[in-house]
Amino acid sequence: MNVLIPLRTIIFKEIVRFVRIWPQTLLPPAITTALYFLIFGELIGSRIGTVDGASYMNYIVPGVILMSVISHSYANVVSSFYSTKFQRNIEELLVAPVPNWVILTGYVSGGVIRGLLVGFVVALISLLFADIQVHNYLVAFSIAFLTSVLFALAGFINAILAESFDDISIIPNFVLTPLSYLGGVFFSVDMLPSFWQTLSKGNPILYMVNTFRYGLIGVSDVNIELAYLITGCSTALLIAVCLVMLHKGVGIKN
Amino acid sequence: MNALSIRNLRKTYNNGFEALKGINLDVQQGDFFALLGPNGAGKSTAIGIISSLVNSTSGSVNIFGHDLHTDREKAKSCLGVVPQEINFNQFDTVKTIVFNQAGYYGIPRKRALERTEICLKQMDLWDKRDTVSRRLSGGMKRRVMIARAMVHEPKLLILDEPTAGVDIEIRRSMWKMMQTLNDNGTTIILTTHYLEEAESLCRNIAIIDQGTIIENSDMASLLARLHVDHFVLDLSQPLQTTPVISGYKIEQVSDKVLNVLVPKEIGLNALFNQLSSLNIRVVSLKNKTNRLEQLFLDLIDSSSEGVN
Repeated sequence: MNVLIPLRTIIFKEIVRFVRIWPQTLLPPAITTALYFLIFGELIGSRIGTVDGASYMNYIVPGVILMSVISHSYANVVSSFYSTKFQRNIEELLVAPVPNWVILTGYVSGGVIRGLLVGFVVALISLLFADIQVHNYLVAFSIAFLTSVLFALAGFINAILAESFDDISIIPNFVLTPLSYLGGVFFSVDMLPSFWQTLSKGNPILYMVNTFRYGLIGVSDVNIELAYLITGCSTALLIAVCLVMLHKGVGIKN
Repeated sequence: MNALSIRNLRKTYNNGFEALKGINLDVQQGDFFALLGPNGAGKSTAIGIISSLVNSTSGSVNIFGHDLHTDREKAKSCLGVVPQEINFNQFDTVKTIVFNQAGYYGIPRKRALERTEICLKQMDLWDKRDTVSRRLSGGMKRRVMIARAMVHEPKLLILDEPTAGVDIEIRRSMWKMMQTLNDNGTTIILTTHYLEEAESLCRNIAIIDQGTIIENSDMASLLARLHVDHFVLDLSQPLQTTPVISGYKIEQVSDKVLNVLVPKEIGLNALFNQLSSLNIRVVSLKNKTNRLEQLFLDLIDSSSEGVN
C-alpha cells in the first residue's frame, strides 16, 4: 500500500477541519495579538524604551508570534484527536491498515500547518505595528517549525491520555500559558532577579522564544545551539513516547 | 480456504475479567456466518480483536491466511467492519466519510471517487452524498457505515448488529442487501439479537457464552436438534376444561386459546384427529417461538448450568 495516500487523507481532513471553523481557529489569534501589539507594544512599550538595543515593540513581536504558534499547534491536535476518540471515528483508522507513524504524522502535520498559518497571520498583523528586518530566515523558520512539531506532539499525548473535555483544557490553561508568558515573550530574563533567572532557564519555551527572536531581530538571552539541542531532543523524545502509546493502544484500545 | 481462522484466542481485561477463554473458530470463504451470544458473552470482544480495536491477551487471528499480527496490512485489507454504534464524524458529509475511508486503505483518489459513488448507489445514498451525516435517519446512518466498510472491496465483512433499532421495512431491505453482497462472493459474519434474521440468512452458526464457543455447526443440523415445536391454537368455541391428549403437553391460555408443545416425531396430524374427536374445532394456529430462539435459549441455559 502507498502510505502517502492515507497520510495525505489525514492531513487534508485536518486542514479542512480547521479551515471550516476559521472563526474559531484563525480569527481569534489575529484579534488577540493585534490587541497585544496595541496595548503592550504601542501604549506601554513607548514608555519602556529599548530592550537589548531593540524597541520594545520589535522585542515582543517574535515572542507573540511564537506563542501563537505554540498554542495553536497544541490546540489543533489535542482538540481534533480527542474529538476523534470521543466520536469513536478513531476506529476508522484503527480498522484500516494505516501504520501508527502515519496516524501520528498526519495529526501532527495538521497541528503544524495550523500553528504556522496562525504564526504567519500574526506576523502579517505585526507589520502594522513594527518594522522588522529579518536577521536570519533559516533560524527563524527552523525554530518555528521545530517548536510547532514539539507542541503538536505534546497535544497528541494530551489527547491520548484525556478522558474528558476538561482534560484537554488543563494543560493549555495551567501549564502552557504560564510557561509561555514566563518564557521571555514580553521581557528579557536579564531583567529578572538572579533566582528567577535561574528558574527561567528550566523553561524550554524560553529557549525557543529567544532563538526565534534571534532569527527575527538578532537578539537572544540564550545559547542558540543549546536551544536547538533542547528542542530537537524534546521532539525526538515525544515522537518515541507517542509511537509507544499508539503501539500499546493507550487510550484508544481496550 | 478459511476467510477467518481464530486459534486459542484469549482476552483478560485489566480489571481481571476474562472475556474470552481460548476460543477457536473457522469461517469458510463465501459463508454467511452467524455469531450469536447473550449480552456480555464475549462476541463484541472477539469482533473488537478481529477489527484491531481490542488487544488480545494471547492467541492468533488469521484473515484469508494473513496473520493479524505479523501480516497486519494484508489481513486488514481483506476486512470490512460495520460496528454496532455510529462511529463516523457526524459533521462530515456522507461522501466525505466514505471517500476518506478509501484513502485510509491507500486507494488512489480517482478510484476512491469511483468506489465511493458505487457504494453509495448500492446503499441508495447517492442522493444524500452532500448531506451532513448527523442529519440522516438511523437507518441511513447504518447504510453509510456499510458503504464505508465496502469501499475497499473487502473479502470478509463483519456486521455487528446491523439491524438493531431500525424499523421492519429497513431491516428487510438490509437483509436483501446483505444477501446480495454474500451472493456476489463477500464472506459475511453477522451478529444479531434477532434470531429469525440469523436463521433466514446464515448457513453456519457459532454461539458464544461466557467467553467460550458452546456451539459451532451448520444451521440445518442445529435446527434439526430441536425436538418440539410450540404452537398456539385459536378455537371456535370456548372450552370448559383443558383437553388431555397423550403425547402432547397442552396448556389453556384463555377459554378459546391453547398452547401446545408438539413433539416432532408425533407431528400435528394426530393432534388434530384427537381434537376433532373431542369436538374441538381449530380456527387457526401459529408457531409461537422462533426455532433458533428456542435452541439458543436451551444452549445458553445448559451452558450456565454447566458453569454453576
